[in-house]
This record gives sequence, C-alpha cells and structure tokens, in this order.
Amino acid sequence: MSKRGERAMVPDAEFRSYYGRPILKEPAWKTPDVPAYLFLGGLAGASASSAALADVTGRPALRRIGRLVAAGAASASVGALVHDLGVPTRFLNMLRVVKPTSPLSVGSWVLAPFSGLTAGVAAAELTGRLPRLARLAGLAAGALGPVMCTYTSVLLADTATPAWHEAYRELPFLFAGGALTSGAGATLLAAPVDQCAPARRMGWVGTGLELAASAVMERSHGITSEPYRTGRVGRLLRVGQGLTVAGGVLSALGRRRRWVSAVAGAAYLAGGACMRFGVFDAGRVSARDPKYVVVPQRERLNGSR
Amino acid sequence: MTQQDAHTPRMGFFTDTSVCIGCKACEVACKEWNAVPTKGMDLLGTSYDNTGGLGADTWRHVAFVEQPVPVPDAAGSAQGADGMRWLMASDVCKHCTHAACLDVCPTGALFRTEYGTVVVQEDVCNGCGYCVPACPYGVIERRESDGRAFKCTLCYDRLGEGLEPACAKACPTDSIQFGELDELRERADLRLANLLDAGESDARLYGRDPDDGVGGDGAFFLLLDEPEVYGLPPDPVVTTRDLPSMWKHAGVAALTVAAGVAASFLGRRS
Ligand code: SF4
Repeated sequence: MSKRGERAMVPDAEFRSYYGRPILKEPAWKTPDVPAYLFLGGLAGASASSAALADVTGRPALRRIGRLVAAGAASASVGALVHDLGVPTRFLNMLRVVKPTSPLSVGSWVLAPFSGLTAGVAAAELTGRLPRLARLAGLAAGALGPVMCTYTSVLLADTATPAWHEAYRELPFLFAGGALTSGAGATLLAAPVDQCAPARRMGWVGTGLELAASAVMERSHGITSEPYRTGRVGRLLRVGQGLTVAGGVLSALGRRRRWVSAVAGAAYLAGGACMRFGVFDAGRVSARDPKYVVVPQRERLNGSR
Repeated sequence: MTQQDAHTPRMGFFTDTSVCIGCKACEVACKEWNAVPTKGMDLLGTSYDNTGGLGADTWRHVAFVEQPVPVPDAAGSAQGADGMRWLMASDVCKHCTHAACLDVCPTGALFRTEYGTVVVQEDVCNGCGYCVPACPYGVIERRESDGRAFKCTLCYDRLGEGLEPACAKACPTDSIQFGELDELRERADLRLANLLDAGESDARLYGRDPDDGVGGDGAFFLLLDEPEVYGLPPDPVVTTRDLPSMWKHAGVAALTVAAGVAASFLGRRS
C-alpha cells in the first residue's frame, strides 16, 4: 500500500524515491571549464606525442605545429582547471601530497611537468635555441602525452556519478580516440597538405577508436547508458560523432586541397569538443535523477539475493 | 599527531528513526554549534521538510515521508479506510569506513581523525570539488559563496573536549545516539530484534554491515522502510573499489594512443 502512495508522487517510474529528489550531488564542476579541460588535455597530449615523432622522423613542419599546439592547449587546460577551483589562490595545494587514490592528484602531477616541458619546448621551437635540449624535453613530453589523453577518463569514472562510473571501461578508449582526432585536427588545420599523411592516419585511428568505444558505452550498461543516448546530450553526442566521421572522410578527400583538409581538421576539433561536453553532461543528467541510482542498485540487491 | 592515544575507539552515530518525532532540534543545534549559514527561507512543499537534503549548509537533515496505510476498522480487520503514517529520519554524513570523498581528495584536506570520522580541513581545501560527485550518498557539497567543501564533522571540536556532538545532545528522544561504534551496533541489533518481535516487519538496519559496499558506516540507521524512501541509496559502493581496474583500462588506452601515433608516423610520407 505504501508503495502505491510513493509512486503517486513520482508517476510513471518503476522505483521509489524521496519526492523524486536527487540522491547524489551533481558534480560541482562548471561548464565550460571542465569539459574544456578534458578536451584541451587530450589535444595537448596527442599533439606532444605527435611532435616528438615528427621530430625523430624528420618532419619539421609537423614538429612545429605539434609543439606549439601542445604548449598552448596544456597551459589553457591548466588555466581552466585553476579557474574552476573554489579557491583558485590555493591551486598549489594540488601538489601538497601525492595520492594514488585521487585521479586529480595523479593528474596534477602529470599535468605540472607536462605543461612545463611543453612550454619550454615551444619556446625553444620559436627561438630556435637549445635544439638538443628541446628534443629531449620534447621526447619526455611526448611520452607523457598518452597519459594526458586518458587520465581524465579516470577522473570522471572515479565518482559515484552513475553514467561516468559505469562506463569506466569504455571512457579511456573514448577519450583516447577523441585525443587522436583532435591532435590530427589541429595539424590538418595548420599544415600543408603534402605533409599531412601522418595526421590523416592518426585521425582515422582515432575515429575508429571513438566510434567503437561509444557504441559499447551506449549499449552495455542498461538504464545507466540511457543518458548517453537520449535528450539533448544524446543529440550532442550524435552531432559530435557526425563531425568526427566528416573529419575522417574530408581528410581523405583533401589530400590535394588545403581548404578541404582544413575543414576536416576543424570538424575533428569540433567533434572532439562535442564529445567531451556530451559526456560531461551525461554525468550531470544521471546524478540529477534518482532513478539512475535506485534502479541499478535494486537490481544488484535483488540479483544477489 | 594528536594527544589521543592510539587506542581511541571508533566513534559514531546510531540514528534510530523509529523514535524520531521530526522536531529538527538536531538541525538547529548543528547549525548553532558549527555556525553553518542559513540558505534563507525556503518552502519546498514536501511535508515539513524545507531543507530537502544534506549539503554544504545542512549537515543534519530531517526527512518527512507521508505514507497511506490501511487503518483497521471496528472489527479489527485491516481493510478499512486509508490512514496515513509518518516516517521521520534525521540524515547525516555516514563517516564511511571506505570514504570516497577522502580517497579522491587531491590536497589531503579530507582526513580520517583519531575517532575514525571523516573531516575536511578548511584551511587546506582548495575547492576542487572532487569529493562532491564522489560521495555515494550525495552528502558533501561546495559552498558557492565560499568555494570550499563542507559537511558534518561529527563535532570534531566537541569530541576533543569530551562532549557529544551537538545534534545527539539536543535530540529529545535519543533517536540520535552517539558512542563507540561497536557498542552502538550491539544496541542497534537489540532494538531491531525488539521491533521485529513487535511486528514491525519492515524495520531494518542501514549502514550497519561492515561488509557492505562502503565497509559499513560510522553513522548508521534503523529504518522502517526501504532506504530509497528516505532518499538514501539502497546499495552504495565506494567508487574507488574499481580504481585499480580504471587505471588499468586507462593505461591500455594510453598505450593504444602511443601505438596509434607511432603507426601514423611510420607509414608513407604523403
Ligand atoms: S557519506 Fe559521503 S561525505 Fe560522508 S564520509 Fe561517506 S563519502 Fe564522505
């Protein structure tokens, strides 16, 4: 009897709740700060790795673009992170301890050397000084790059936010794919087409990775996958995937035409941004509605009985 | 370190909601003692509850649930007209054994005290907000006017002086009981057995079990219905339980990025 009364307050829902109020707190992180931080981190990471390889394989144009983009995106991502803090003047407290249980602590300890290295390398690139030291520093930044691309997925997944936590296996690959397409996008946008072959290939690998990871993520978690497929977030993610695919196709068509190649690059970058904003908002949606907490937890309890 | 010796027992709350009368003395005492700011006058239209849930400015929250129940008619059968029962419960930070808020805090501002409770050091917190989505109970929150995260401290300052927390002190029915966790658990088991004997078949303990998803709560409850009816998650799990697997997946994904970039640069030049 009591169940009937509860349900009357929360119509057409197969679960009980306290006046339909959220059980979890929505992430306190702000938009666009944090989604931008996710996007820029991936862009910076992939660009740094790509610059390092361009350097050792003798592709100065790609090296230059990769180094400058990595430094710019890394410092912008630090800026976004600091701006999002409740007490920005205490941002150095991030480096007060090393805590493996906190992805934000680990991330800060990666981001700090990474942004320092990329800034130094970019300065060397622009001034032409200390090329040998720049190469070493560039290789170090390039080695940290892949970590920059994926640690932010753990940052989201290591929360009670249902859509993020349940997707912890797919998010790293989704973000890896997005980082590769973004890195490729920046190069396609800025480099002469006859040098863009590696960027085109990088973009295709990233597109495949991103599409595969989102296909799994959007289907395998029952009700918790729903925020990724429905509503405004679902549409944003569809648009993002469309842009990414468009980037892949256009980059193939733009082998000879600079402007087609540049449009491909812009499409990749826009697609990557849509994906980060979509994933971020999917988490918020799932925290706001108690159904994403109660239904899966009830299923788990009933299953274990 | 502290002056307490290493053998300080773990302290906690046992909130027996079956004797809660919804007076909100706990909410008021908590605000007074801890100087927690008010959010202003708010009418939510949800029975007598006008604070809605725990947050940066509400460290004790009394829930009011109105449930239609059958009333026995004159003949004693339960088919009679619908009546109403009130469930009231004073919610609080659970001071989890495995506390996600503490695990994810990058600055070390959240720490475990010598009493086994979980407290934010406000002079260290930089307001990163990570603890907010990490808590499986939606307890801790960033105070936007201030930027830092706030929640129940289990009156850390009072414990140091040998006093009980303000809410427990103020509770007129002993619905909120403060003490050594082991002792509280025994007391709760007895109380539950009595209620079940008396025919209160929906009575249950919540957060009592040291083997649950958060390793048991330092502040646990006796409820008269399913937890979600009170706005509590039915089966919370500390998110960091899966962290090793998360890092493993992120590591493989990072290697995939490295391989992807390398492969892209090894192929033809144009
Ligand atoms: S209930 Fe939430 S805020 Fe309280 S100790 Fe557990 S995780 Fe931290």
